[in-house]
Amino acid sequence: MSFDNAYEAVTEAQPDGDTRWAFGTGFVDPLDGVDTTVPSGVDREGLATYCLMLGDDALVLSHRLSEWTTRAHELEDEVALANIALDLLGQARMLLSRAAAVAGDGGDEDSLAYFRDEREFRNVRLVELPRGDFGRCVAGLLVFSTWRLAVLGRLTHSADPVLAAVAAKGVKEVTYHRDYAARWAVRLGDGTEYSARRLHQGFADVLPFVAELFTPHELERELARQEVAVDPAPLRPEFDEVLHTVCTTAGTELPEVTPVGTLAGEAGRHGVHTEHLGYLLAEMQSLARGDPEARW
Amino acid sequence: MVTREDEDVATARAVAETVTDPELPMLTLADLGVLREVDLAEDGAVEVTVTPTYSGCPALAEMRTDLRRRLAEAGYPRVRVHTVLSPAWSSSWITERGRRKLAEHGVHPPDDSASVDHGGATGPVPLTLEPPRRRIRCPRCGCPDTERTSEFGATACKALYRCLGCREPFEYFKEI
Repeated sequence: MSFDNAYEAVTEAQPDGDTRWAFGTGFVDPLDGVDTTVPSGVDREGLATYCLMLGDDALVLSHRLSEWTTRAHELEDEVALANIALDLLGQARMLLSRAAAVAGDGGDEDSLAYFRDEREFRNVRLVELPRGDFGRCVAGLLVFSTWRLAVLGRLTHSADPVLAAVAAKGVKEVTYHRDYAARWAVRLGDGTEYSARRLHQGFADVLPFVAELFTPHELERELARQEVAVDPAPLRPEFDEVLHTVCTTAGTELPEVTPVGTLAGEAGRHGVHTEHLGYLLAEMQSLARGDPEARW
Repeated sequence: MVTREDEDVATARAVAETVTDPELPMLTLADLGVLREVDLAEDGAVEVTVTPTYSGCPALAEMRTDLRRRLAEAGYPRVRVHTVLSPAWSSSWITERGRRKLAEHGVHPPDDSASVDHGGATGPVPLTLEPPRRRIRCPRCGCPDTERTSEFGATACKALYRCLGCREPFEYFKEI
């Protein structure tokens, strides 16, 4: 359908009664039309929780990255970070929808995103850290996307066909994200003494949260045995090698850090978070909770 | 022998193939490789199969609505749109016609030879610290001397470039 001007395209009433606003007035289930049967022998409850874990990682980081809009140093990077956030939001939507469909308790992606409390979120703590400066953004994105790319790469062989398909798509996207972060790490590390210092400080802030990425929750281990999930623990050498390559090229050394503590062994995957997640959720969920009938 | 049903499928397919991408209106869903299949179910409904380009692409819901509307207007009131996620969409599925139309509209088509190996069965995805090596000529003046200004653009599928000959900026449809 073509329109003479953008205003007409936005305001023209549709035959099905919908008024067009950007891409419609309500989002439809991103898995609409996808065969979502759960293969026999796969633990439904476990699969739903695992989808939440990977989905929450993407959702929370997507929200953090969106905070860069209007705040980045130049337009190109603002657009880049918004695009990366959009890719992650897309992955989160499919994973939360999968979690809701598998759980079969009448929930959907929106109820999971907007009506769960902090303790019900299963994301790793790395993604909830405050935005910080661009040095931290680059260090955090490099760490996250290197880890996620390794996980998604293995997940393309998952016994759950929907997870495998979401992963196959995600691999292509996260490859771009990792390359973006890696090139910026080189540019900052190999730039001025000042830019190198900011990048170094960024790594010092995020590296304490790396150990958690490779410490699987019992559920991840169990589902990995069923070949549904990926146990991240054996992926650590691959992760270290990528960071080593980037840092060598950037002429920067990773700082020595002490991993942050856990609550008697429990961390993000168990719903134990830093103080920052509550504030992030308050902002992200306020509209949906304040006006449950709101549509966007 | 051509049956009535064959004709119906062919007509439905022809109609579905005219639906354009909301973000890239010069391309039809068929040009883009998003439209995978059009068939007629036993109950008479048209079954359309599409695949999304990027996970977060907000245009997919719009594409489904447009397909239903266009087919309804052409006399097919019952339409089921299926989404397949696997195999994941690749820019190499954009047809020759689609590539030509992109170029005519100032968007450089993807150079799929610059695609990285996405591992999977073959191991980890290699890290690329250098900008991708793409063969790109300015779609306006044909000058081979171009530079990348950003790997991300106004939509998930495009990067930004500029021509060092005519100095005009242009978009590049990313290989994926």
